[in-house]
Amino acid sequence: MTVTDAPKLITARFDQDDAYLLSGYEASGGYKALRKALGSSPDAVMAEVKAANIQGRGGAGFPAGTKWGFLPPDISPRYLVVNGDESEPGTYKDRLLLERDPHQLIEGVLIAAFAIAANQAFIYIRGEMPLAHERVANALNEAYAAGYIGRDIMGSGWSIDVVLHWGAGAYIVGEETALIESLEGNRGMPRLKPPFFPAVKGLYMQPTIVNNVETLSNVPWIVNNGGAAFAALGTEESSGTRIFALSGHVRRPGVYEVEMGKTTFRDLIEAPVYGGGIHHGRSLKAFIPGGASAPWFYEEHLDLPLSKPAVDKAGSMLGSGAVVVMDETTCPVRAALRVVRFFAHESCGKCTPCREGTNWLEKIMHRIEEGTGRLDDLDLLLDVSDNLSPGITWPPKQTTICPLGPSAVSPVASSIKRFRDDYLAHIDHGGCTYD
Amino acid sequence: MGRLNANNVTLAREIISRYPRPKSALIPLLHLAQEQDGWVSDEAMVHIAELLSLTPSEVLGTCSFYEMFKREPVGRNLVNVCTSIACMLVGGDELLEHCEKSLGVTPGATTADGAFTLNEVECIAACTEAPCLQVNYRYFHQITHDEADALFAELRAGGRSDEIPPHGTLTRVRQKIVSQRWAGRGGDGLPEELG
Repeated sequence: MTVTDAPKLITARFDQDDAYLLSGYEASGGYKALRKALGSSPDAVMAEVKAANIQGRGGAGFPAGTKWGFLPPDISPRYLVVNGDESEPGTYKDRLLLERDPHQLIEGVLIAAFAIAANQAFIYIRGEMPLAHERVANALNEAYAAGYIGRDIMGSGWSIDVVLHWGAGAYIVGEETALIESLEGNRGMPRLKPPFFPAVKGLYMQPTIVNNVETLSNVPWIVNNGGAAFAALGTEESSGTRIFALSGHVRRPGVYEVEMGKTTFRDLIEAPVYGGGIHHGRSLKAFIPGGASAPWFYEEHLDLPLSKPAVDKAGSMLGSGAVVVMDETTCPVRAALRVVRFFAHESCGKCTPCREGTNWLEKIMHRIEEGTGRLDDLDLLLDVSDNLSPGITWPPKQTTICPLGPSAVSPVASSIKRFRDDYLAHIDHGGCTYD
Repeated sequence: MGRLNANNVTLAREIISRYPRPKSALIPLLHLAQEQDGWVSDEAMVHIAELLSLTPSEVLGTCSFYEMFKREPVGRNLVNVCTSIACMLVGGDELLEHCEKSLGVTPGATTADGAFTLNEVECIAACTEAPCLQVNYRYFHQITHDEADALFAELRAGGRSDEIPPHGTLTRVRQKIVSQRWAGRGGDGLPEELG
């Protein structure tokens, strides 16, 4: 069992009751990184973040420093947008960062905005999280009043505004071009890439960087301690620490910040300080390693490290850091149906394969679970899956503008491949065999 | 009811001024209308269209995309029970079933006294605290059936109003822009006085 002694970089203040207030944040070293950054240069800050090699924590795992580097020079206005639309089933980290340490995010936003020479920053928070709104609004008001945001920040001559923006209930808005559409006041439907890569044509068709809450919350630590210190944690391909939300059938479900690359899924699920093992002394049936979109993992994957290349190579993804554990009593058909239902519900309707495919997958899965499934439904499910995601490969070949549609294939294909007998039993038995 | 009242028009103008382009304020303004009336009426959408120089159909087009905007009245308390995968595994379905019995309505329906609207919802980002529900988007983690009943009884009696505002009020703390501190370098659409 590996529990590394890596420091907590972004959850360090979670036990500090007043960390959400400016006084509490400053008392524990807050806004020192901003002062340090403003005393250096945008290029120097950019170099530290590149040296840290921090991969985006939203799902795609793209290195943040490289993303920033895509911005064309000398075009303005340009914008920084924070993606706080956390909605992937199983994912629970950004809400905590917003509620418990909003100034840490704001400081990260300011440093990032300085590095990329943004003209304005927007923090887009999922609508269903009012406490996060209240904490961030209060933190912004405090930071403006203290001179950390706005005109001539800390006498440096550099100025920026940070605006809090609310969502209103749509998972798809977590996709960065859909988030930009939503921020422009439109229906949250993804844009075609190319040409609409945000770094080139983003908000109001201007260069825009969209970063996840957790990614930016790491930036103050990186500036204070240096990119090399961050990169020294974890492994070369998966640096730093990361927050994992461990849910489902474990003794100690929880939100844990662990060192990347060195900790394994078994450590996370079984170590006494993390999950403490499967509940009621039962055995593992399956687990989702990185949010609802990820293909499922099983017993034989437990010793894989929490590292992007290792998990990618094994045919899934670390995604949004959501690990959902299912014990032996779980009906795999019901579990897969529940995940498919989500994607069918959240499909924005822009691309036909997703709009039609996710809904058909749900309908067919539903009739199998309810006892009116037919033997040829298994082939039909795989055929619909193949239309959404040709060849059912991972990463998926896309037939749609964004990855939502192909994501719905993950639970279906995973469960049919592994638990075909359960599907057949549902069809034979005329209903769920786990009831 | 309907059109935004004078206070909210002032607030709406301030919100609009924060964005390089006015239409970006559309979702925040729809929230403002919902906060005022508990739902978003046609009159409110027409008024928002006037404030943003949009057509009412453009406002409806955006409004109808987002699940939180209710285009007909709902109960004072919106009870959202999560049955997404993480909650389902540890009792989300049973919690929803209990709430149906306890409130006497099926998901999507409102109680006769107008106190509650029950909804079955997808993941609300509290997966390690499952099963969970929200009342007017305020979280109740790892809630038992008995605790849910006690909560409903309290709400029916008018309790917990400090913690759970009526439906529509998302946030009781607003971002305030102080013009002396506002940098105003966001781009092409900023009003002169803030620039």
